[in-house]
Amino acid sequence: MGPNAVVSAQNLGLTFKTNDGDVVALSDVSLTIDKGEFVSFIGPSGCGKTTFLRTIADLEQPTSGTLRINGQTPENARRERAYGYVFQAPALYPWRTIEKNVALPLEIMGYSGSQQAERIKRTMDLVNLSGFEKKYPWQLSGGMQQRASIARALAFDADLLLMDEPFGALDEIVRDHLNSELLKLWAATQKTICFVTHSIPEAVYLSTKIVVMSPRPGRVTDVIESDLPRERPLDIRETPEFLAIAVRVRDGLRAGHSYEEHV
Amino acid sequence: MSFATSRHECTARVPAMKRTLPIIIVLLAIVLVWYAAAIGMNAQWQNDVYRRADITNVPATQFIIDTWNQEKPVLPTAHQVFGELWNSTALVAPNKPRSLIFHAWVTFSATALGFVMGSLLGIALAVMIVHNEAMNRSLMPWIVASQTIPILALAPLIVVIGFNIFTGTMGIPTDPARLMSKAIISAYLSFFPVAVGMVKGLRSPEAIQLDLMHTYSASANQTFWKLRWPAAMPYLFASLKVGVAASLVGAIVGELPTGAVAGLGARLLAGSYYSQTIQIWAALFAASILAALLVIAVGIVERLVNRAMGARPA
Repeated sequence: MGPNAVVSAQNLGLTFKTNDGDVVALSDVSLTIDKGEFVSFIGPSGCGKTTFLRTIADLEQPTSGTLRINGQTPENARRERAYGYVFQAPALYPWRTIEKNVALPLEIMGYSGSQQAERIKRTMDLVNLSGFEKKYPWQLSGGMQQRASIARALAFDADLLLMDEPFGALDEIVRDHLNSELLKLWAATQKTICFVTHSIPEAVYLSTKIVVMSPRPGRVTDVIESDLPRERPLDIRETPEFLAIAVRVRDGLRAGHSYEEHV
Repeated sequence: MSFATSRHECTARVPAMKRTLPIIIVLLAIVLVWYAAAIGMNAQWQNDVYRRADITNVPATQFIIDTWNQEKPVLPTAHQVFGELWNSTALVAPNKPRSLIFHAWVTFSATALGFVMGSLLGIALAVMIVHNEAMNRSLMPWIVASQTIPILALAPLIVVIGFNIFTGTMGIPTDPARLMSKAIISAYLSFFPVAVGMVKGLRSPEAIQLDLMHTYSASANQTFWKLRWPAAMPYLFASLKVGVAASLVGAIVGELPTGAVAGLGARLLAGSYYSQTIQIWAALFAASILAALLVIAVGIVERLVNRAMGARPA
C-alpha cells in the first residue's frame, strides 16, 4: 500500500453467525482508497457495501484478512477520531437543537465552548444551514436534517467521511441538489469520502472511483476509475463520457447477478 | 376546500358548551344513579326509624328526603359528602385533628417521601439492569416477585417492625419514625413502575443512535447522560404518574393497621369503627382529590421538561 492510502483492505472477510447458519457478508475484499478520493460503493442489497463501511468504522469486526485505516487498526483509528460517519437516517437527537446536535461530537471530544461555537458556525455554513441553529430537528425537512447530520460528521474535522446511503430516503430533486452540494463540500474540504449508494447516476456523478459489489457472498466485482473532471455541473450526466461509465457500472452489476443465475 | 381541512376547522370551532355538554350529561347520570341508590339502600333504616317513632303514612317525598339526610346512612348522598368535606376543610383550622387538610397533609408527606425514595430506587435499579446483563437476570425476577405479594399482608409487617427499629435501635422520635415506615410502603409500591418504565426508556435509543456514540468513542458515562437519559424522559414521566398514585395508596394502607391517629387512612378506619359513613366518604374523596393533584403536579413538571427539551407541541 502506498503512503497515501487512507483505507487499505487485504483479503477482508466477514461472516455473520445467525440462527439460519453462517452469512458471508464480505468475502476476500481487497481495496485501497487513497487520500482525497471520492469512492462510491454500489450493489444490490446484501452485497456487503454497508457492512464494509461499518467495518472501516469499527462498528463490525472482520473475521479474516486485514484492514488498516491510516495505517492503524480500525479500533485505534476510531479512538483517534479518524472518520465522521453519516448514517442512512439523520439520527439527530430530537431533544437537541440543530447546533447542539452538531456540537454533540465536540462535547464528547472535549472541545472548549469557544472552539465549539467556531466549528458549529463553520460547518453550518459549509452545509448551508446558517440561520437554522436554534431549530429543533422536527422543524426541518428531511433534506435539511440530513445536511445537519453531515455537519455533525464534519464538525470535528476528521479527514475521512463515511456516508451510508445518506440521501436514500430523499426525493430525487432534493437528492440532486444535495449531490452537487456534496461535491462542492468535497472540493472545499479535500476530504476522503466513502459513499454507499444503490443509484448508478449518483455513484457516477459523485465518484473518482466506483466499487461495484455483488451479493452472496458479498464481494467486489469491479473497480472503475472515473476520468470525469472534478468540476461537475449537474448536466454532465447527459455527456457520452458519463454514460459510458454508467454502462460499465451497469455491466458490472449484471455480471454480479449472472453469477447467481449460474449456480 | 378538502374534507380533511373542513373537518379540522369544525373540531377547532366547537363552542365550549358543545364540548362540555357530554361531560355534564355523564356527571348528571352519575348523580342520578347515586341518589336513586341512596333511597334504596337507606330505606330499611328509615322504615325502622319511622316504626320506632310510631310515625305512619309518611308521604313519598318526605320519605325520599329523609333517606337522603340520615346521620349514619348506608350510602351517603353527594350533598352530605361534600357538606362534610366543606365542614372539615373550610370551617376547621387546618392544624386541628378535625380538619381533613391536617390528615391529608400527614398522608401527603408520607406519600411524597415514599415517592421520592421509590423513584430514586426504581431509577437506580433500571440503570444497573440496563448496564449489566448479570443484574438484568438476577434482579428482574425479584422486582417482579416483589409486586406479587399483597401489600395488605406486607404493610403491617413493615409498619410495626420498621417503627420498632426506627424508634428502638435507631432512637428516632415517634413522628418521623411513623412517617418513615409509611414512606417505605409507598416506596415499595412506587419503585416498580418506575424501574420497569426506566428500563424500557433507557433501552429506547435506536441502534443507529448508539452506533453514532460508538463512532465518537464516547464513554459509557457520556452515552448515558447524552443519549440514554434524555431518551428515557417520556417513559420516566409515564411511570412517575403511575408511581405517585401507587405511593398514595401505599401511604393510606400504611395508616390502616397501626392504630395511627392521623392521616386519611386513619380517618377511614376511625370512620368505619363508628359507622361514620359520611366521614369515610369524605376521606375517600379527599384521597382521590389528593391523588389527582399529585398526578397533575407530575404532569406539569413533565410539560416543563418537554418544553425545555424542545418537544414538538401536541
